[in-house]
Amino acid sequence: MNETIALEVLRYNPDTDREPHFQRYAVPYRDEWVVLDALTHIKDQLDATLCFRWSCHMAVCGSCGVMINGEPKLGCHAFLRDYRNGVVRVEPLDHFPIERDLVIVMDDFMAKLSSVEPYLLVDAAKPLGEGEHLQTPAELNLFKQYAQCINCLLCYAACPQYGLNEGFVGPAALALAHRYNLDSRDTGKDRRAEVVASNEGVWECSFVGACSAVCPKGVDPAAAIQQTKVSASLDWFKAFLLPGGRK
Amino acid sequence: MAKSNKPLLWLPFASGGLVAAFILPVLILITGLLVPLGVVHLPYERMFAFAHNPLGKLVLFGVVALPAWHAAHRLRMTAHDLGLGGGLAVRLICYGAAWLMIAISAAALLVI
Repeated sequence: MNETIALEVLRYNPDTDREPHFQRYAVPYRDEWVVLDALTHIKDQLDATLCFRWSCHMAVCGSCGVMINGEPKLGCHAFLRDYRNGVVRVEPLDHFPIERDLVIVMDDFMAKLSSVEPYLLVDAAKPLGEGEHLQTPAELNLFKQYAQCINCLLCYAACPQYGLNEGFVGPAALALAHRYNLDSRDTGKDRRAEVVASNEGVWECSFVGACSAVCPKGVDPAAAIQQTKVSASLDWFKAFLLPGGRK
Repeated sequence: MAKSNKPLLWLPFASGGLVAAFILPVLILITGLLVPLGVVHLPYERMFAFAHNPLGKLVLFGVVALPAWHAAHRLRMTAHDLGLGGGLAVRLICYGAAWLMIAISAAALLVI
């Protein structure tokens, strides 16, 4: 019952540290504990200065994304029992600046997310009196998986293209743009295309697929981006070939 | 941000991927293994007649040129993923080799 497990946590305090360093903690081992429980134990019992984000503890809020032994994971979704007899190395998500310890600066993602206008865009709002916007189950199924995104940014930490070029709009924002483009109630596809079909949009993706592999919600951003490439290509040729298509 | 002209490069790349995945393996199986081993009987005259027909030429050109373009672009992207950058040398080697293959196949098909 007195078994412990070692956590190596990346520490960085911009006020006092010149560069990040690892700090080792011995945490009680529990079969049912996840890495987030271990971090909470450190903060409550061992070292109150440790900073990390979390909220729901059930893979819904998307706050506790960290690198665990080099892989982007939700802290609440990674059980200690899968790392037993080893050291658990916890770092902030790759490809983002560190605010402090495990907390990353996500301003870049927030700007990209709003740039694709991830909400229903309609040309003319239907008056309330005309009733609901009906949608068939088939129309819902077209985009439902992409609507499961919780903006946890694991896909950005996994994406080698985002690591090489931070201008890349990136997996989650492009998947969410696709989610609204596929929605039968939405008419904003052309507006989103200004960002989505730009050089920094889907074309920066080289289809590595790491985003889809690490998504804790089963979203497939790689597929969304490939589908967008096909439809953006068809739109490009239509605009090129049809009279008055070039704007 | 302006819309990109990438579709001009990407559509042949995507078509090349389809051809390389669905058609090339079958062709390699037939022309590289089954015919030489005598499992499938396909006389030289018939294959030559196929390559002689304008539509046949177009099919054969597509089967060579599209995967060549696909391979060039994929290798350049792989070089980029490996951190070798997308520099002029990498582009010249990848796309140069593809254009060479495309030119050779076009010349060969025109001569037949």
